[in-house]
Amino acid sequence: MEFQPEHYRLLLAVLLIPLVAYVLQIFLGRHLPRRGDWLPTGGMFVVMCLTVYMFTTFISSEGGFFHESAAEGGPVFGWLYQSAEKLPGLNVVAGLLYDPLGAAMLAVVGIVSFFVHLFSVGYMSSDHRYHIFFANICLFTFAMLGLVLSDNLLFVFIFWELMGLMSYLLIGHFSQDPNSPRIKQAAAACKKAFMTTRVGDTCLLFGMAIFYYHFETFRFTEMWALAQEAVAANGGEYPAWMTLGGLFLFGGTVGKSAQFPLHIWLPDAMEGPTPVSAMIHAATMVAAGVFLLGRIFPLLSPEVLGVVVAIGSITALFAATIGCTVNDIKGVLAYSTISQLGFMVAAIGTGGLGLVAGLFHMVTHAFFKACLFLSAGSVIHGCHHEQDMRKMGGLRKKMPLTFLAMFICTLAIAGMPLFSGFYSKDRIIQSAIESTMTQFRGANAFAILALPLAAALTAFYMFRLIFMTFFGEPRDEHVHEHAHESPWPMTVSLLVLATFGLFVGKFWLIDGDFLGHHTWFTERVTAASMYPGIDLMKMNQIAVSEHTGHVAHSFAMGISLTVAAFGIFMAWWIYHKKRLNPERITSTLGEVYVTVENKYYIDEAVNGSVIKGSLFLARAQKWIDENIIDGFVLLNGRVHKALGFIGYWIDRTIVDGLVNATGAIAVAFGSVLRLFQTGRVQQYVSLAVAGGLLAAAFLILI
Amino acid sequence: MDHASKAFYALLVLFFLGLSGWGLATAGPQGAIFALFAFLSIGGCLICIFEQSIVRSAFALMATFGGVAGLFLLLGASFLAMAQVLIYVGGILALILFGVMLSPPDLAERQLKRVIPMGALVGAAFAWIAFRVSSTMGSWAVLENLPEMQSHAREIGIGFLHPQGYLVAFELAAYLLTVALVAAVYVARRKKADLEALPTMVGGAGGAN
Amino acid sequence: MGLDAYLAVSVALFALGVICIVTRRNIIYVLMGIEMILNAANINFVAFNRFNGDGLEGRMFAIFVIILAAAEAAVALAIVLNVFHLFKSIKPSDIDLLRE
Repeated sequence: MEFQPEHYRLLLAVLLIPLVAYVLQIFLGRHLPRRGDWLPTGGMFVVMCLTVYMFTTFISSEGGFFHESAAEGGPVFGWLYQSAEKLPGLNVVAGLLYDPLGAAMLAVVGIVSFFVHLFSVGYMSSDHRYHIFFANICLFTFAMLGLVLSDNLLFVFIFWELMGLMSYLLIGHFSQDPNSPRIKQAAAACKKAFMTTRVGDTCLLFGMAIFYYHFETFRFTEMWALAQEAVAANGGEYPAWMTLGGLFLFGGTVGKSAQFPLHIWLPDAMEGPTPVSAMIHAATMVAAGVFLLGRIFPLLSPEVLGVVVAIGSITALFAATIGCTVNDIKGVLAYSTISQLGFMVAAIGTGGLGLVAGLFHMVTHAFFKACLFLSAGSVIHGCHHEQDMRKMGGLRKKMPLTFLAMFICTLAIAGMPLFSGFYSKDRIIQSAIESTMTQFRGANAFAILALPLAAALTAFYMFRLIFMTFFGEPRDEHVHEHAHESPWPMTVSLLVLATFGLFVGKFWLIDGDFLGHHTWFTERVTAASMYPGIDLMKMNQIAVSEHTGHVAHSFAMGISLTVAAFGIFMAWWIYHKKRLNPERITSTLGEVYVTVENKYYIDEAVNGSVIKGSLFLARAQKWIDENIIDGFVLLNGRVHKALGFIGYWIDRTIVDGLVNATGAIAVAFGSVLRLFQTGRVQQYVSLAVAGGLLAAAFLILI
Repeated sequence: MDHASKAFYALLVLFFLGLSGWGLATAGPQGAIFALFAFLSIGGCLICIFEQSIVRSAFALMATFGGVAGLFLLLGASFLAMAQVLIYVGGILALILFGVMLSPPDLAERQLKRVIPMGALVGAAFAWIAFRVSSTMGSWAVLENLPEMQSHAREIGIGFLHPQGYLVAFELAAYLLTVALVAAVYVARRKKADLEALPTMVGGAGGAN
Repeated sequence: MGLDAYLAVSVALFALGVICIVTRRNIIYVLMGIEMILNAANINFVAFNRFNGDGLEGRMFAIFVIILAAAEAAVALAIVLNVFHLFKSIKPSDIDLLRE
């Protein structure tokens, strides 16, 4: 089907429906029946239908599609100057961008968001601020949709920041509830999340500034074209400033997608309600960083890509090791998310196939991670808010539907064939291998070692979770007794998402391509379709031969299957068959284990250095402000007071003295003159005569 | 008489002698008569000031008036001299004597210790002024003859009644005199309080008036 | 006699009149002193009148002075009587209600 202007209006509707729902919900939600949960959920349902419709309509169009509303006369928004034309100065004309990547992402966000809303209807039913919660996740969805639909970096940043704000509000949801037992932790967690992502956002802003300085534009298409010209002008090499800018832009991803070292906020963010974790930390916010990498890929030089791979691999391995030690059910999933994000980022860094593989993994991960979080939420809800796995066990029979959904998604995340995760993860490892085979790079070689190890650990700790929670004997009778299956809004969401988790990679029921040689994503979302007119081979990519690709593919498949099976076996051996005692292993590892268990003491390091440093600076400034600056002001006041005192003294002594002296002189004169007024006539006569004589004498003598 | 009075009167006699001698020496008999009248005036004043008894002072004042009248005569104003004697001696002095009678006696109210220094001072001052004035004024003509004894009452009378003369002043003076005397009578009238203070006379009259 | 002589007498009389007023502690003496002063003035007038040619002015004025002296003496004595009734004293220094 041809892309009509009406489709732009549909996209605009997709964008604005959540906004309208938010405004209505935040003002009227309390007064609506059922506290207005149907309003955002209904809005999300419409959005889901629209995005899925658009996706299915266009995903099959041959040769890809790339539609920009600014170029094709669709709706635009003039920022700063309300004009559709580009005027001199900072004027951004924002339009909608719809390409295969965006289409897929929109559908993902729409589906996941709707089911999270539906799940929240059941999960948050007893919450005090129910209506506000729904308003917040609705606005969050608006931000994510806006980010996906933006055709320029500035508006991506604007929606990026909005998502940061909403995650702050959502993670800190319980900090506003006076009855909550974890009010302080929630407040600390949301602050930490905001601050840490802020570091990334600042880097992103620096990168944007550097690129704008050279390119004078924020629109992606123009930036890609100008980057291509700059590289060509520089003799096929990326200019140094582009490397610097690219590093800064990647900084944004490091913050938002919880890469090492800015991953510290994600485990603490589990203080938020479980639907929030599902939405933010599975499908949307953390994916935004990866999505950004996808959009700015042509701007990244090979050096930057090497850094990307390195950080991604480190993150993947590092988080996976910690995930093995965590006992909180949501905590395991948090570290799993960090690890999977590391996979995605590393994949994009390897380039070529890895670019598409990383974005594909983003899509599949969204579904199965959301489902995992929601299942965990179902377990927690069923166990009456018990989150420690050591107190669970044998819940399989009590919560069968939850178990089914979670099991499916665990198989997906472990990378078992037939499940969606396999198709994407397999390609990631393949990309790492084939890029190293074509041109050796240290970072990529490290990735080849780190990523399969991380995959093994992933399988291990995820199955550990399954075995501890659903199998074996119940460890806590009280918890086990009260466990029950969750109400239908929750279970339906779980099962639907689990289905997606199974089939979103490849719907193998149709063509039986079990090993996934061709998947819809890799067919449709290609470098050519994402960046029309840009020849990445001349920029930061190297050509990989078919032969290398086949060899790498076989290798990758073998490696990933082996490590997955090994991980599952070890988990089964230790936690189900109980042949090996975990305590013996941990005591053997000794200090190493303790370090890993304490998350490598990174939180403590950051606290000691950055936090304490900032607090010290703040206190120093406070001291300066109070003593020196206020001291000046006080000094001013005191000087004035002293001057006033001097004035008072002058007034009292001198001025009043003068006045008093005048009076005293008058009195003195008076007392002298009074002596003449005796009342005696004879003295008056004598005085008169004397005066007359004096006058006569005067006349005579003169 | 006490010593002060003796000394005083002795000085007074000396003064008379000296004055007469000077008068005689300068202008002959005319001068002697002038000296006599002058002595009368000044001496009367001196006694008036000096005497302790107020009645004696009053009579000394009468001598002064007489002396002044004599000086008027010498100056040819006979009517004036007559008027002087009539009015001053006959009227004013009588009034003073009545006043003296109606006031209580005053004993030992003259203090020479005060009189002499004060008198000396004032006298010296006036004398000096007189001396300076006269020395700057030059000499005046000395009339050789005594004035004619023709009375100038007619002139004065015409002067009083002449329209271009002192007629208005004369009338006003008459009014003034009338008013003053009536006023004096009124001011000095007997009030009720005075009557009650009077002792009742033998016979019953008084008191209830 | 020359004019100087009469003027000398006049001055002496005036001075003595002042002395009489100022020195004595009796109101009657004040009156007597006033009469002396008036007489001194009269002598002055008449003497100047005699030695300055024709004319009446001096003598006329002297007559008026005499008339007014009489009036004044009458009123003064009436006042003296009243004052004596009020203050019960003839000393001028006791009549000092106007003192400050």
